[in-house]
Amino acid sequence: MTWVLGNLPLIGDLTLEHLAFALPPVVLGLLLAIPLGWLANRTRVGRAIVINLAGLLYTVPSLALFVILPVVLGTGILDPLNVIVALTVYTLALLVRTVADALSAVPGMVIDSATAMGYRPVRRFLAVELPLSIPVVLAGVRVAAVSSISLVTVGSVIGFGGLGKMFTDGFQRDIPQEIIAGIVLVLVIALVVDGLLLLLGRALTPWTQVRAGANR
Amino acid sequence: MNAFGWLFDPSNWTGPQGVPQRLVEHLGYTALTLLIAVIIAVPLGAWIGHTGRGGFLVVGLANGLRALPTLGLLVLLVGAIGIGLLGPLVALVVLAVPPILAGTYAGVRNVDNAVVDAAKGMGMRGRDVLFQVELPNALPLMIGGIRSALLQVLSTATIAAFVALGGLGRFIVDGLAVRDFGQMIGGSVLVAALAIVADLVLAGLQKLLVSPGLQAAAAQRGARRKLRAVPGQTPTAEAA
Repeated sequence: MTWVLGNLPLIGDLTLEHLAFALPPVVLGLLLAIPLGWLANRTRVGRAIVINLAGLLYTVPSLALFVILPVVLGTGILDPLNVIVALTVYTLALLVRTVADALSAVPGMVIDSATAMGYRPVRRFLAVELPLSIPVVLAGVRVAAVSSISLVTVGSVIGFGGLGKMFTDGFQRDIPQEIIAGIVLVLVIALVVDGLLLLLGRALTPWTQVRAGANR
Repeated sequence: MNAFGWLFDPSNWTGPQGVPQRLVEHLGYTALTLLIAVIIAVPLGAWIGHTGRGGFLVVGLANGLRALPTLGLLVLLVGAIGIGLLGPLVALVVLAVPPILAGTYAGVRNVDNAVVDAAKGMGMRGRDVLFQVELPNALPLMIGGIRSALLQVLSTATIAAFVALGGLGRFIVDGLAVRDFGQMIGGSVLVAALAIVADLVLAGLQKLLVSPGLQAAAAQRGARRKLRAVPGQTPTAEAA
């Protein structure tokens, strides 16, 4: 505990840096996954291509992706952008399938009703299909967010900041307290973000609460 | 673009620090880890799935693992046990057990009740039901769990170069130390290729081992593995 109490400002800075690495990719990945998931849901071939490509990208280990991306992007090897893009790629790979599955699970009757009520395709997608797919998509977002928060730490092996610094520094200077504090912080942040996403999901889908209440 | 020059330089493909040697090391750590993890997780998962006791614990473990930073676990265990093979190996096994456990458990648990009843009706005892009916039916999800574990282990074994383990990760860590970016990129490309090939090999193995009657369901579930550690379970906090 002494190490933690003596280094609170440092821990605060690393936590903020960690969040700046971990959270934007989740938002970016989701924003990209919605149109791509929609596209994948249109045709059988498109679906096969998108799903297989996503599976392939998801297979590449994070440390390798952090190093390969600069070659693709033309960035410097320690440009923070590499981590952001890498984690966006993982989120996208995970969510594109979720979005496709969620959209295909919207009952055809509901879509037909919306069409009959005069909804054009774009508005129908935004006002009917997308909202109805929120519960499934959100489950995927929670997994992506937790993975992202955990994966940022890997970047510290090649010098990126964030809470992973507490692992590399704690190892090199032999301060077990620092390592343990880092692990606990990552777990706590993951738990808090996961809980917030759960609450956000409830707020966005009031109809599921009504249904749950009616069943009781 | 000279980024891939290192990879095609013949001098990097020989000797104790050459690519073949590092590849063999990497595969060795991975195989050893998976072997130990399978020996621990498959019987335990099968037993939990068969009896139904402690299932929530398995699911919680598999979900909680996603949040656990692998680098943190690695440096903590190596700091406690010491540099060498044992420390990283323990960390790798800790990471490999939960997905295999969850896959085996979910596989055995999800076997159609009617199938189990039919087996009992034909006079099979508990042991026969487990080995001849439940486990073969559970194979798609079990192998799904092993594939998740394989990727996790390959990836973490790369990171373990930071705590002085051998393997392909050495090229990334050593390359960084001397600012040899070509070496870092070469090593990364090798790691990525290894992960993709290894996953494809297991996918092929799955096709070979799983009964043709289960193949359709296996294809569906195998792909869903990416989404959730245990199909049909909600992620992280709820279970943890």
